[in-house]
This record gives sequence, structure tokens and C-alpha cells, in this order.
Amino acid sequence: MLQGYLPQLLEGALLTLQLASGALVAGLLLTLIGAFLLDSRYKILSYTTFGFTTLIRGLPELLVLFTVYFGGEIVLYHVFQHPIEVSNYWAGVLALGIIFGAYGAQVFQQALHSIPHGQTEAAHALGLNTWQCYCLIILPQAWRHALPSLGNLTLILLKDTALVSLIGLTDLMSRAQAAASQTQKPFTFYFAVAIIYLVLTSIVEILLHQADRRANRHIRKVQ
Amino acid sequence: MIDWFLTYYPELLKGILTTLELLIGSLLVGFIVALMLASLHHTGKKYFTYPINTFVFFIRSTPLLVQLFLIYYGAAQFSLIRDSFLWPFLKEPFICALIALGVNSAAYTTVVLKGAMRAVPKGEIEAAKALGFSPFAILRHIILPRTFILIWPSYTNEMVLILKATALASTITLLDMMGITRQLIAKTYDTLTGLLAVGLLYVILTTLIVGLCHLVGKRFKRIGW
Repeated sequence: MLQGYLPQLLEGALLTLQLASGALVAGLLLTLIGAFLLDSRYKILSYTTFGFTTLIRGLPELLVLFTVYFGGEIVLYHVFQHPIEVSNYWAGVLALGIIFGAYGAQVFQQALHSIPHGQTEAAHALGLNTWQCYCLIILPQAWRHALPSLGNLTLILLKDTALVSLIGLTDLMSRAQAAASQTQKPFTFYFAVAIIYLVLTSIVEILLHQADRRANRHIRKVQ
Repeated sequence: MIDWFLTYYPELLKGILTTLELLIGSLLVGFIVALMLASLHHTGKKYFTYPINTFVFFIRSTPLLVQLFLIYYGAAQFSLIRDSFLWPFLKEPFICALIALGVNSAAYTTVVLKGAMRAVPKGEIEAAKALGFSPFAILRHIILPRTFILIWPSYTNEMVLILKATALASTITLLDMMGITRQLIAKTYDTLTGLLAVGLLYVILTTLIVGLCHLVGKRFKRIGW
């Protein structure tokens, strides 16, 4: 039915998955950094971060992607005074990571706030320093609260990977475009892409469910 | 950037208009379809709930770009559609974008509506039944007014999401804000200014939507809905 184009589609799907995992890692890092900056003691840092994340949330994903890819080249040219080519793969990873981080930072800040202050005090009383307190006490607990929202963001990120075909990456979507124009069967191939995305999101959803169960394993169930 | 706006404001204005038409059109289509689907789902009959759940699952699990291409490029594959009276509409990028965004919004709004309908207190429905309301009257006078208030914050979110999604219509040659900007950039090579200018426009529109919805939400509270 796919006239021998299935291997190509799957190759594209692999690139899509690679890009999505890269963007997820970048996004989670930005989430953490953003959440700490939002809670920063220095008003200028927290306000700037809040402004920046709100700005990104108000922009279309397509525009963020184009700005990072095309704008990045121009900015780099002005900084280094000679042309530097921006890889479209890394531009895609960074753009999707920034979008994830902008939503994630605000989610994670709320999660950090939901941890009672007594936890920090107890940790300090036990002689843990600030760094240990964050890594051993606060983050594992905040993680549990943030996981459902971060999971949703992960699903959105996975679906947004379809956009990178527009900056010339040979991902799942652009492979389907090529196949569709060669065979004159656009519906067949775009439908195949839809099914592949459906399978991918379903797998991620199952994984997220498992992660949620694991993060909540110490919480007492209602008898 | 000010030069950009001063030079190209007639084109940009046209783009803003197209974006707004697309936004309002697809929100209307989406809301009406979602209202019907959620009402049917609320009856709890399996022959309604299964197809509706499948539809929502399919739409929510696939990228909007794929749905858009499926409708705009995919429809041409079938001679049945090409020869039908629908073809003059389906080859228009605006109509295709309207359908894709409308269907997408319908799926997301159905989920929100479904949840809100379930949150209407059982006692109110029982009281209405005791007063002899017909099932339709209960829906019209008891369930829906409450549902609207409950979904308002999530629906504001949905409006912003659809506004951002309209930018994708530029990929099927529609000249919305994003499409016009891409055209102007191809002509002037001034990439950064163009992208920042259209970004500013999107942020202004988002802020307007959020601000207006906040005001409407406050009004809901004041009239005691």
C-alpha cells in the first residue's frame, strides 16, 4: 500500500524521535533553570524570566522555530563578523526545547512552591547544605507534582516535531512529502504519518503513566 | 522595525484580517461541533461515546500540520472528491485551514466540555426533572449555562492555542500574518525584522484575547451566573 516507502518513513520517524528526545533533554534543563530564575532573589532576574517565558508562550511555535533557525544565523553573523551556518537539526532541538522550557518553567515553579517550607528547614536542621537540600529533598517531591503537566508538554513537543520539516530536516513529515509528490498519493502517505504519530504518542502516554505511578508509589492510597 | 510596519502596513493589515477571520471561523466551527459531540457524549450511550472518544483520540494524538496536509493535499487523491460539488471549496486553502483548525478545536473543546458537563451538581438536574423539564430543556437551561462558566478559563487557553495554530495555515499558501511575512521576507531578505514584527503582532493579539476573556469572565461572576 505504501509502495515500498515504509523503510524511508521509518527512517524519518527515527530522526523525529532523536530530535524529540534531544529537545526533551534541552527543555527539561531549561525548565529547571527557568524555575530557579523565576524564584530568584534578584527581582530583575525573576521579572526578565517571567517576561521571556510569557512572550514565548504567546508566539506561534512556527515563528519560534523560524526565529531560532533564520534569526540565529543573522545574530551569529553580527557577533562573530563572519557567516556561521546554523545546523537545522540543532536549531530544531533548541527551538522545541525553548518552547517546552517556557511552559515547563512556570509549571515547575508552581510545583516547587507546593513543597512545604518545613521540608527545607528540616533538611537544614539535619545538616544538609542548600545544594543537597534541593537535590535530595525538594526536587524529588516537586517532580511528583510537576509530572502530569510536564507529561502533557512532552506530548505537545512530540507533535510539534512535525514542524521541523519546514526548516529542511528530512524527518518523518518531509519523507512523506517526498513520497507523496513522487507517487501522487498524498492522502495515503499523510495518513501513514498520522498513524505513526498516533503510535508514538500512545507509547509516550503509556510511559508517562508508568512514570506517574512510580513517582507516586510512596503515596498512601485511599482504603 | 517601525519602518517595516510603516512600509508594509497594507499587506500586514490584510494578513491580520485573514488571521482573525480564520481564528473566529474555526473557533465557531469548533465550538458548535464540540457542543453537539459533548451533548451526545453526555447521554452515555455507547454508540455515541465510542466514536466520539475515537475521534478525539485521533485528533489529539496527531500533529495539526499532518491534519492540515491531509485535508489540503490529501483530498485531491480521490477522484470522487475531485468530481464532486465540494471540490471548488476543498481546493481553497482558506476553507481547508478552516476545516482543519475547526476539527482540531472541536476535539480539544469536546474534552473540556465533557468534563464541565459532568461537574454540574446532580441535585440541580434532579430538581429540574422533578419540575417536569424535558431532557433538552435540562440541557438548555441547567447544564449548558453552568458549563459555559466552568469552561471559560480553559476556553480562553484554547482561543490562544488556535490563534497560534493559525500560523500553520501559511504552509498551505494562505496569506495570513505569517504567510504575508514569509512573502515579504522572501522579497526583502530582512528576515529578523520581519519575524520580530510579526511576533509583536501575535503577542498583541494574544494579550488582547486574554484581556478580553478576563473581562468577560468577571462579568459572568457579577451577573451571578
